[in-house]
Amino acid sequence: MDAGALGSQLVLGLSRGMLYFIVAAGLTLVFGVLRIINFAHGSFYMLGAFLSFTVTEMMGKQNPNGFWLALVVAPLVVAAFSIMIERGLLRFVYGQEHLIQMLLTYSLVLIFGDLVKMVWGTEFKSVSVPGIFIGNLSLAGIIIPVYYVFMLVVGPLVALGLWLFLTQTVTGKICRATATDRQMVDVLGINSTRVFGTVFALGGWLAGLGGALMAPMVNIGMGMDTSMVVYAFLVVVVGGLGNIWGTLISALILGVAEALGVLFLPNLAIVVPYVVIGILLIIRPSGLLKSVW
Amino acid sequence: MQLRRIIPWIMLAVLLVLPPVLPRYYLYLLASIFVIALLATSLNFILGFGGLLQLHHAVFFGVGAYTFSILLLKTPLPFVVAVVAGPVAAAFTALLIGWFCVRSRGLYFGMLTLALGQLVWAVIFRWSALTGGDDGLHGIPVPEVFNSLKTAYYVTLTVLTVCLAVLYLILKSPFGLTLMATRDNPVRSESVGINIRRHRLAAFVIAGFFAGIAGVLFVLVEKSVSPSLLSWSKSAEIMIMCLLGGLTTFYGPALGAGIIVFLSMKVGTYTEYWLLVLGIILLVLVLVLPQGILGFLAEKYSGRGGDKGGWGKDASG
Repeated sequence: MDAGALGSQLVLGLSRGMLYFIVAAGLTLVFGVLRIINFAHGSFYMLGAFLSFTVTEMMGKQNPNGFWLALVVAPLVVAAFSIMIERGLLRFVYGQEHLIQMLLTYSLVLIFGDLVKMVWGTEFKSVSVPGIFIGNLSLAGIIIPVYYVFMLVVGPLVALGLWLFLTQTVTGKICRATATDRQMVDVLGINSTRVFGTVFALGGWLAGLGGALMAPMVNIGMGMDTSMVVYAFLVVVVGGLGNIWGTLISALILGVAEALGVLFLPNLAIVVPYVVIGILLIIRPSGLLKSVW
Repeated sequence: MQLRRIIPWIMLAVLLVLPPVLPRYYLYLLASIFVIALLATSLNFILGFGGLLQLHHAVFFGVGAYTFSILLLKTPLPFVVAVVAGPVAAAFTALLIGWFCVRSRGLYFGMLTLALGQLVWAVIFRWSALTGGDDGLHGIPVPEVFNSLKTAYYVTLTVLTVCLAVLYLILKSPFGLTLMATRDNPVRSESVGINIRRHRLAAFVIAGFFAGIAGVLFVLVEKSVSPSLLSWSKSAEIMIMCLLGGLTTFYGPALGAGIIVFLSMKVGTYTEYWLLVLGIILLVLVLVLPQGILGFLAEKYSGRGGDKGGWGKDASG
């Protein structure tokens, strides 16, 4: 095993982890503030990827601007869908049991899954990356595709943006307060449910962004929703429910575990992340960092 | 109420005399329903009556089915040993998973069951040499008597009846009553000296055991297994059945299983969008009838509800 391959795989894992972070951050945010486990988060992610495909198609396959436009448009459309769902459906089950809320979002998984099948068909779709991302970057024996480097830049930017939103804006501060002690927020005369729509839309936007970013790296097709949502859940739980930084750490751990699994145990590669998660959960059942609960 | 006590017996009598007049297709359909009805009832034992957010119950169903199939297919062990080993392996898996899960509560409990369940799924999915991987195992050599659909029908019906009776008795026993007490008021239960964790773990193992029995029955009917048996969407489907029938009622999950399995086979022949239909059913159910069909009927006709307010807000606490 040469150090170069190991290094490359490590960097690939980190950039994959960044993507998991972007998707899982939306989930953990919604969870922390709304206290709802949103199974439909994976569907938002899938929708983001399919929308990204449609936008790049419409712009013409070879047009490099298609990718960038998709990166802007797809998450916004998904966010708009999220607001409709929050206002139209979710708000009727606030205050119900977890199970009921969870099954409501699960019904959306089923509905979205078949709607996507109706609109886009069952064939796999692909999105090509713009010219500047083609090729590899090599540094000290570590070879890595340029697109993965781009992900390593976007991930921290998203984390920074979220941090600024949560600590520097009034809405963000209300979000954090609501996550910590909703009753106290209501007592202080702030209508906590008012921020729910905003947070849910932001969660949807992050899932859509994750989907649009993932689009050039995978075959876009059925089933990408459930596989991602299960991963995102595990990331969120291991990180500590509702904790953004915990989510970042656990997403990176998961990405690296997956990449090293491919390198060392190619036959059991999909088992490795689950084993790592299982061990982490057994050592720290309530997550790596403090949960907002 | 008298009528409510009689209905299950009438159902059983009807099901016992039906086979001679039913076409083969419906025999198969009903046998499949019996299997899933047992699975759903075993889930509701901990979900509805134990108040535990078990999100990945299909795992025990799958472990039971796979253990049984692998023993029959790859070892010379007698049939009886395989039949017993299936549920025991499922119960053992439940013990392992439950051991870690009962330490946490509410949503964390649910998340842990999901994570550890996915781990089991991934192992079965990947261990191709033993489990056949993505393709699963086909042509399981069950004894020849089971090749007759009528035998399969009566065997599944008998096992379902016996298992439901046992589960019912467990729920009526001091153990079952204590379990419901830990659901309704965990803090108080603990303060009167009930060991909540141990109770929940025991209930979890019992539920896993019965799910394992359902897994064995499934193989007797289908003679094949595949990783989709323990996929996460399978688990969600069983939860939908419990909700449809009524989480606080004993027969609700079986009724829900009957409706969903029947619909999936019927709707499936008309359209490829069965999941869309299921999603819409679930959506309407959650918004309009969260107490389920039997829960609704119980509220309406007895005026006190099957087990009123059992799934309260702090149920998962």
